[in-house]
Amino acid sequence: MANIEKLTTGPAAQGRTVQMNGSALGKAVAYLAGLIAAAAFALPFFWMVSTSLKVPGDVFISPPTWIPWPLQWQTYPEAWTFIPFFSYTINTLQIAIPSIIGILFSCTLTAYGFARIRAWGRDVLFFICLSTMMIPWAVTMVPVFVIFKNLGWTGTYLPLIVPNFLGSAFYIFLLRQFFLTIPMELSDAARVDGCSELGIFARIILPPSKPVLATVTLFEFNRVWSDYLAPLIFLTRQEHFTIALGLTYFLDRDRPLWNLAMAGNTMAILPVIIVFVLAQRAFIEGITLTGIKG
Amino acid sequence: MLAFISPWILGFLGFFVYPLLLSLYYSFTEYNLLQPPKFVGLTNYVNLTEDSHYLNAVGNTLYFVVFSVPLGVLTAFIIAFLLNQQLRLRVLLRMIFYIPIVVPISATAILWMWIFNSNWGLLNNLLALIGIQGPSWLGSPTWSKPSLVIMQLWLVGGSVLIFLAALQDVPRALYDAAMVDGANAVRRVWHVTIPMVTPAILFSLLTGLIAAFQTFANAWIMTGGGPIRSTEFYVLYLYENGFRFFRMGYASSMAWILFGAVVVVTVILFRTSARWVYYGGEG
Repeated sequence: MANIEKLTTGPAAQGRTVQMNGSALGKAVAYLAGLIAAAAFALPFFWMVSTSLKVPGDVFISPPTWIPWPLQWQTYPEAWTFIPFFSYTINTLQIAIPSIIGILFSCTLTAYGFARIRAWGRDVLFFICLSTMMIPWAVTMVPVFVIFKNLGWTGTYLPLIVPNFLGSAFYIFLLRQFFLTIPMELSDAARVDGCSELGIFARIILPPSKPVLATVTLFEFNRVWSDYLAPLIFLTRQEHFTIALGLTYFLDRDRPLWNLAMAGNTMAILPVIIVFVLAQRAFIEGITLTGIKG
Repeated sequence: MLAFISPWILGFLGFFVYPLLLSLYYSFTEYNLLQPPKFVGLTNYVNLTEDSHYLNAVGNTLYFVVFSVPLGVLTAFIIAFLLNQQLRLRVLLRMIFYIPIVVPISATAILWMWIFNSNWGLLNNLLALIGIQGPSWLGSPTWSKPSLVIMQLWLVGGSVLIFLAALQDVPRALYDAAMVDGANAVRRVWHVTIPMVTPAILFSLLTGLIAAFQTFANAWIMTGGGPIRSTEFYVLYLYENGFRFFRMGYASSMAWILFGAVVVVTVILFRTSARWVYYGGEG
């Protein structure tokens, strides 16, 4: 966890940051380069929003108007009905909410087992769990489809939800790392007092873990909201489509209406950006944690 | 302990081990979902070696891996290095680099189709400002793969964070010592910074390689594998065989070759890493 704290911008982090370039000129150049790179990364988003606020005729002119005037806000309600945005959002939430519950249930229990109970073979199992993260999903995609097809589950949300009740290596790892930081003495004392493992889990481990549970919830929401391949394979009926899948209907014509497509894109991206901005520390800590110790 | 980890054990057996073995079995069969699998031995594997579309997909994927992964690691390192220099606006800047990877890949793909639009897209409009007439990007077999590589560079935010954390772990004393020895800025980067962040380079390379081998949604949405199969990547061809032509056996043999390739690349990377990765930072 010590590594994570350095990422944040407390006074400690400021003190540690190394001034590589002794000269003021070098520093200014680096600063400028950083700003230019950031502008380049932000430009696609600017282009997206700018296009979404144009009248259709202004989309196809060169050189383009960078800031359209007057702003065409009505593109947004048009895009909202051009594809059934509302039902796609509801569909996505119908997958996301049970998935989050499943992940919180299965991964906290598993992570507790891996982090807090000593048993023969535990570390080998944990290593196996970690290595499954490396295996391409494409490898098991075909047989998993066949399994769900034989269960009669394709065309429903079940293939997208049920596996989450059986653990996910990434979250297990994230939670385990957090559970390890809770002093063992607390568990030992509770055991002496006759508390069961499940009692320790519920009363000692879960209460201080609220931040990491929030992180897992956000990650899983983002994953379901953004997932493309699994819904593509398992959802057969258009009225079941998720946002990420349904967005491509904006392309479903010879010449896409780019102002509508960009408005749709903006609306699809907005929830994840809001979640991210509100909880960016949690996101960044999660990513960095898995990177450093992985 | 077993009781607690049983959800994962069940998931591991049911959604990993069993499918993996099932896929190995299917890879020796002809299976169209309607009739039961028919054992055909190594036929699928032999046919793959003669399937020009398959070999083309392998080539396209290797092209994408070879260009997008090292360029991505380099870009991420440079951005992290710049971010590590100063603190003003750093939280905002870090967020700008990271946001592209939290948005849905389908939204990213649609956005970049419009950016790459040959007549009215952002990229060719910018090139026109400096007097260059841009190519038709996704519409050109020559430029379609470079286009997807360029788009991939927009998605390096994860590696940026990994590098940033690694850079902040480099002890200041090492730079001071190098300065005392008269090392200039370039030499300090080469002899201090880079050796100290080699674990982050290894991690970025490994995750980048595994992701690049599986690249799918970008090409599927943006080009459908075209033009002239120039962006038909490995998993795209696998998907088409499995879910369009229902050749589950053939798709499974492709999956197992991919599995083998990922394992081999991972092992090679770890084996050679002893020679170039320096684990000195962590106490």
